[in-house]
Amino acid sequence: MNAAARRTLATAARVLSQLRHDPRTVAMLLFVPCLLLVLLRYMYDAQPGTFDRIGPELLGVFPLLVMFLVTSVAMLRERTGGTLERLLTMPLGKLDLLLGYALAFGAVALLQAALASALAIGVLGLDVAGPAWMLFAVAVADGLLGMALGLLVSAFAATEFQAVQFLPAVLLPQLLLCGLFVDRADMAPALHRLSDVLPLSYAVDAMGRITRESGVSGRVLADLAVVAGSALLALALGAVTLRRRTD
Amino acid sequence: MMNSSAGPADGPAISAEGLVVRRGGTVVLPGLDLTVERGTVTGLLGPSGCGKTTLLRSVVGVQRTAAGTVTVLGLPAGAAALRDRVGYVTQAPSVYGDLTVGENLDYFAAVLGAPPGDPDRVIAQVGLDAHRRTPAARLSGGQRARVSLAAALLGRPELLVLDEPTVGLDPVLRQELWRLFRELAAGGATLLVSSHVMDEATRCDRLLLMREGRLLAHDTPAALLAATGAPDVETAFLTLVRTAPEAAR
Repeated sequence: MNAAARRTLATAARVLSQLRHDPRTVAMLLFVPCLLLVLLRYMYDAQPGTFDRIGPELLGVFPLLVMFLVTSVAMLRERTGGTLERLLTMPLGKLDLLLGYALAFGAVALLQAALASALAIGVLGLDVAGPAWMLFAVAVADGLLGMALGLLVSAFAATEFQAVQFLPAVLLPQLLLCGLFVDRADMAPALHRLSDVLPLSYAVDAMGRITRESGVSGRVLADLAVVAGSALLALALGAVTLRRRTD
Repeated sequence: MMNSSAGPADGPAISAEGLVVRRGGTVVLPGLDLTVERGTVTGLLGPSGCGKTTLLRSVVGVQRTAAGTVTVLGLPAGAAALRDRVGYVTQAPSVYGDLTVGENLDYFAAVLGAPPGDPDRVIAQVGLDAHRRTPAARLSGGQRARVSLAAALLGRPELLVLDEPTVGLDPVLRQELWRLFRELAAGGATLLVSSHVMDEATRCDRLLLMREGRLLAHDTPAALLAATGAPDVETAFLTLVRTAPEAAR
């Protein structure tokens, strides 16, 4: 195994051990999205058609929110606790660190999306025209996007209070504009154009298409590629914010 | 037993020339020259806020500098080739509070590519054998500081940069750590240790007395006392401050 791979895997294993020491966070990571889906299902008890329409879209949003919160605080602790400075004086590449985080939280995102999709389809009777594995794939991509954005914004927060505030600042506007509440085409033209460059719009579009269309269309794959690409872009920008030399 | 690696094996461990550091508009180091010989324990002494940490950070290569050069083991400070040859202990213990002592050191050892038995070796060196399975957050402040020190000892670095490693430790532990520092130097390592406790000065080969970003003296403890006629290093420091008030500004 080459040195970079060893350091990346060691970092992923370390992040997972930290999670293992914190079972309450793991439980929240895995079960909060499930709980919210159950709430949603019985909220629309009288309108199963509405749950079928909104369920998948929120299945894409929950992992994003949860992963964003956890990773932004985890990375902020790394910065403020001095361990980031220690690691950057060691032979650890910035990408080794970020990919280590991505692997560890990616595994959690995978598990979270598997649980939530299985619950939604198997237990709550969510009915979509497209394949269930596509629903799962988009949910994982959303979890990864949340993680990458969380790593990135941690660079701009000095305290955990600030990091938590980035959730309403960075994610809520995307949530409002993503087409969940109003069709993006019906928004003021400026907002529509803005929503075109926000990654969450593509996540929700993809989920919408999976709900309505059987089979996997090129459009869904394109949406998925935009979400995954945005996650990679956010990771790359995150790498830029890791400076070995600081004031 | 030491890392054998590139760069001239002779020459000083650290040399700085005209080092200038500004932070937030104020000049912290106004132009500092410094040489630290290999295999020595050099004490960096001075009051809180005089620029000790900034100087140490410049040596490790994590401080943004405005001018001047810092050369470490024959290479520019912070060079990639130095990252497994220099160990750095920050003032606040930088370890993962939610991981055990063993997990912390296993991870840092993996990052460094240190040999398999290294975590156990350094845990023994800092006297934490009984706490291998204790989460770092549940240790006392002094114990956590020793975990941080142990992490810097991984991979047997040629240069150790220690920022106030004995702060908050009881006298017995302080003595044990200084014995460890002497052992490491006897094995060929170079140590640069900052402290604001002047009575630790006598344990060093060389002393750097620092005030307001400038070096007031760079000498052996004995020579320093002889030159100032002072009975101890604290008095010597005060004498130097009094006799060179203009130079210190």
